[in-house]
Amino acid sequence: MVRYVVRRLVYMVPVLLGTTFLIFLAVYALPGDPVQAIAGPGQAVAPAVRAAIVAKYHLDDPLLQQYLAYMGRLLTGDFGTDLNGKSVGALIAASWPVTVKLGLTAWVLGGLLGVLLGTLAGIRSGGFLDTSVLAGTTLVLGVPYFVTAYVAKYVFAVKLGWLPPSGVSDGWPLSYVLPAVCLAIFLVPEIARLTRASVLGNLQSDYVDTAIAKGLGRRTIVVRHVLRNSLLPVVSVLGLSLGYLISGSVLIEGIFNMPGLGFAVFRGIAQHNGATVVGIGTLLILVFLLLNLLVDLLYGILDPRIRLV
Amino acid sequence: MSEHELSENELSDHGLTDHGLTDQVPAEPLPGGQPTGAAVSDRDDRGPRWAALRRPHVYLPLALVLLVFLVAAFPQWFAGWFGHGDPRECSLIDSNATGRPGHPFGFDVQGCDLYANVVYGTRASVLIAVLVVASSTVVAVVLGALAGYFRGPTDSVISRVMDVFFGFPALVGMIILLNTIPTRSVWTVAGVLALFAWPAMTRVFRASVLETANLDYVVAAREMGAGHLRIIASHVVPNSIGPLASILSLSIGGIITAEAGLTFLGVGLRSPAISWGVQLNTAQRYFTTDFHLLLFPSLFLSVTVLAFVLLGDGLRDVLDPKAK
Repeated sequence: MVRYVVRRLVYMVPVLLGTTFLIFLAVYALPGDPVQAIAGPGQAVAPAVRAAIVAKYHLDDPLLQQYLAYMGRLLTGDFGTDLNGKSVGALIAASWPVTVKLGLTAWVLGGLLGVLLGTLAGIRSGGFLDTSVLAGTTLVLGVPYFVTAYVAKYVFAVKLGWLPPSGVSDGWPLSYVLPAVCLAIFLVPEIARLTRASVLGNLQSDYVDTAIAKGLGRRTIVVRHVLRNSLLPVVSVLGLSLGYLISGSVLIEGIFNMPGLGFAVFRGIAQHNGATVVGIGTLLILVFLLLNLLVDLLYGILDPRIRLV
Repeated sequence: MSEHELSENELSDHGLTDHGLTDQVPAEPLPGGQPTGAAVSDRDDRGPRWAALRRPHVYLPLALVLLVFLVAAFPQWFAGWFGHGDPRECSLIDSNATGRPGHPFGFDVQGCDLYANVVYGTRASVLIAVLVVASSTVVAVVLGALAGYFRGPTDSVISRVMDVFFGFPALVGMIILLNTIPTRSVWTVAGVLALFAWPAMTRVFRASVLETANLDYVVAAREMGAGHLRIIASHVVPNSIGPLASILSLSIGGIITAEAGLTFLGVGLRSPAISWGVQLNTAQRYFTTDFHLLLFPSLFLSVTVLAFVLLGDGLRDVLDPKAK
């Protein structure tokens, strides 16, 4: 296990360097005006501000030195200063709880629904439920999620008035239900399809025959034997779906006006506030890398075979 | 219907030749049996592939996809159906007005006919998606073939670069990049989307090349002295392309969604460009009062993406039977 953890950590290093270097190149080193990029496209930049930005980001230094300085700022938690002179770090500190609550709610909802539908479709493959799950997941895959979010907001919040249309002033369950469901239903197709395939495969394995031969009931076999073994690959998809959750939070928080990290990016784009977009975007990418590492490690704990690969 | 007859005929053909061979050389059936069997299943495939076109879950989305391409190429043929085909002919007096005869979808904020605008919006989405998928496919085939065929250091370098791109939640990466690009045209948006689209496709192609590169006929070609380029071009690539081809349609659907999302957020195309994303971006400010602004672009966008996704699902069964 220790070797596995170490190998995973070593694996992370080139990815971490690569992603940060790519962002660094895009923002600070691409041909064009980095000062303009930091200030946001289309913003007028006063000479004094320009000089301050050049000095702060070491734009006159050689490329490698600039990158090292950039990494130094990232690792010390300095995500830059926005156009109003507020630190992006303070904005992050104020907005992360909303994103974490939304993300976790959606993750749990999507995971449970996906596993439930996938299992039901798998044990009755070819049946009505199986066909409906396939059709439903295809429909979900086909409709872009910001479209679903707006339609849901229009129907359930504006027309029917069941749930608050925007903001988080009603607290955890109420304000978060609609956005979390909108975010969650897009996790369902992949999880449901994978669970279904996994359950179908496991139903044909020898240990199921043994369990049947022992005289175990159908329910026990499915819950205790098949499901346990079928959930392993689902764990890795739960990890991959984090990328979707993080990307989706930008759109969903924007649409539902939830003051989280995604909303800050959404508003940063609208207000041409480059520093906010780049700073929080970078943080989201680092969080994604870290969470993926955790899921990989969890996978290694759950399935000893994976440590040997 | 005919593929069954065909395969039976071919089976008996091979049966006959096998008999002929066994009569002459007793040791032949074992080594000779393998390629003969492969040839049968290979030709057997061609039947179902054409038969697949007759299955409704392939030809219905295919017809829809062809229609979408036609609208994208010649929007003027479709925009004028209700007598007002010019998307730039607007009068502010009609701003946000709902449908009436001659303007079935109503008007947008600028008082332009919404139907004509939605029809013309098809072009940007489809053009970007085709550009992105075409360029990523070329990159995927070249890099995937190199990585899967040569392995070793070549594979390591290519795979590690792919890992870097998989390290991004793609939308966030694209937002950061596009946010720093001052001019946003179809080309720059397509470029950024392609930058994040090639790794997934390369991974699929590399995996199938890894399998193909070990097969007997590749080894045989190498033993016969064929060069690497020739082996890759005429043996490895054609026989590994199935899984990649089967995800092309799905990828187009994904790219259309991503482009609309980016433009909707304000980092993609910008007005005066006519695109569904731009229309949705404008509509979000008025959606509680003028829902039609949001509804019609969303509808066209969803139907288009759904057509590509359904076609992709249908084609996967045909082009990549192993994926089940």
